[in-house]
Amino acid sequence: MPGAIYAEGLVKTFGDVRALDGVDLDVPEGTVLGLLGPNGAGKTTAVRCLTTLLRPDSGRAFVAGIDVLAHPNEVRRSIGLSGQFAAVDEYLTGRENLQMVGQLYQMRARAAKARAVELLEQFHLSDAADRPAKTYSGGMRRRLDLAAALVVSPPVMFMDEPTTGLDPRNRQQLWEVIKQLVSGGTTLLLTTQYLEEADHLAHDIAVVDRGHVIARGTSDELKARTGGERVEVVVHEREHMATAAEVLTGFGKGATTVEDHTRKLTVPVTGGAKLLAEVIRELDTRGIEIDDIGLRRPTLDDVFLSLTGHAAETKAEDDDPETDPGHQPEKEAAK
Amino acid sequence: MSAATDAARTAAHTGSVGSVGQSVRDSLVIARRNLIRMTRIPEMVLFGVIQPVMFVVLFTYVFGGSMKIGNTTDADVYKDFLMAGIFAQTVTFATAGSAAGIADDMQKGLVDRFRSLPMARGAVLTGRTVADLAQTCVTVLVLAVVALLVGWRVGSAEPTNAGKVLGAFGLLLLLGYAFTWIGALIGLSVRTPEAATSGGIIWLFPVTFVSNAFVDSSQMTPWLRHIAEWNPFSATVQATRELFGNPGVVQSDAWPMQHPVWASLIWSVLIIAVFRTLAVRKYRSAAA
Repeated sequence: MPGAIYAEGLVKTFGDVRALDGVDLDVPEGTVLGLLGPNGAGKTTAVRCLTTLLRPDSGRAFVAGIDVLAHPNEVRRSIGLSGQFAAVDEYLTGRENLQMVGQLYQMRARAAKARAVELLEQFHLSDAADRPAKTYSGGMRRRLDLAAALVVSPPVMFMDEPTTGLDPRNRQQLWEVIKQLVSGGTTLLLTTQYLEEADHLAHDIAVVDRGHVIARGTSDELKARTGGERVEVVVHEREHMATAAEVLTGFGKGATTVEDHTRKLTVPVTGGAKLLAEVIRELDTRGIEIDDIGLRRPTLDDVFLSLTGHAAETKAEDDDPETDPGHQPEKEAAK
Repeated sequence: MSAATDAARTAAHTGSVGSVGQSVRDSLVIARRNLIRMTRIPEMVLFGVIQPVMFVVLFTYVFGGSMKIGNTTDADVYKDFLMAGIFAQTVTFATAGSAAGIADDMQKGLVDRFRSLPMARGAVLTGRTVADLAQTCVTVLVLAVVALLVGWRVGSAEPTNAGKVLGAFGLLLLLGYAFTWIGALIGLSVRTPEAATSGGIIWLFPVTFVSNAFVDSSQMTPWLRHIAEWNPFSATVQATRELFGNPGVVQSDAWPMQHPVWASLIWSVLIIAVFRTLAVRKYRSAAA
């Protein structure tokens, strides 16, 4: 039986650009899939196809067991969408926004009103409930946007880069909210440019590049393919490099690479911060002076480099290469 | 997320998707949203009211003494003649508001939210046009008061009655509503709200001026007169003028000038039918 989100051979082209070039996805019920990729990889286009906003040129898709192409309106009843650009009416208050969305999900006015109060409470927006969303901070707007996506507690959720543009504190907060949500059994597809975010939130990760899914697996599996964590050391004296390499190899899970001209040594490790502390102690005991030391986690770039041989090419432009001018979401809206 | 809200969700559906009832409900929800927005941006409403008031004053006092209506250039006659034209022009100017509002919605992420909701497809547009109609009502009311203050009176040329006067306002509002659907289509066809504002208004100048609104069209050169007399806008002006009992009703063989009330109704309904269909179709395919 196919999962709560299922896609087969999705293709979508905009002029010459093949935004989706045969994407297959399968997200089991109650799990989280992270769609990881750089700008322009096709993540947003995939979400737009699955949420009935865009009709794929070919392929099939099912959400909550419903055929997206044949019964888009039935699908709309079962999904919540939280976009890259906070989709709230800025002249309406938080309460009015949520109530409106509730009514458009076909709730009765009174039920929508009650649900709005519940959500404002849950997302710590009660104090700002009767202020126009225009006056909200970026983090508050994202929370309101997410609340709007949750009005009917949909069984399937889509979040398109939910934390892009947020500061670290707001990002952490939003992660907590999302974790809470999926612990309640919601199936979630989330797109992100950050491996760390996918690592944190998703059970499975699909790496997307130029309209293709180029790898899938758990975060650990992907990291294993990229070499996982590494300790990087820059020693002060060139003559210490050999000893340092010896120390690192002792702690490492593989060969130590040495960059002579930068006095930098790198070794793959497992064990995180605790191991890093041990490495520092050992280097200190041996009297090796260091300029810099750090634990390096694989980034999207590393994943890309190891999977494709090229770095993640980040287009400066919108993720969605759709050319229709009426639909370029306003970037300012996210600020 | 709790079991209680899940139950509330399934119990709270008010009707089946696609029913007429749902269309009406969703449109009203969107209309309410737009009306709230209008109260939060009162300057928009204010400018909408100031413009026609300015026209009344300018036309009455600047052109008033030099315009020939029938056989007279009496400024008071022109004032009574003019008002039907100003009312009709005012209701059509709501087009720019619809065009800009819809272009603005389409440009922002909010329209993606709407499109991902199980709501009636035309409701975003219908809600907007209904809200614009409400604003037009306010503008027309203010304009009527100003017109009375500068000396406009109904029944100044022919006897009339309350029913006819109300009928005239009904035709005006229907025309205004019809034109907001043209505005909706413009709003969906341009790239920015700024373009929609100018695109929503420039074409209104030839439409409202090549007509019987501000001058006696029977004094135009024949080819221009034919255009003016068959102009949908002229039918409403003629009907309004006749129902108000104001002077300067055009004498012509053209069918719309002889049966202006019918012509006005037919034109307005036709405009709604055509432009609503085109706009809703455009909205549906806009992002797909």
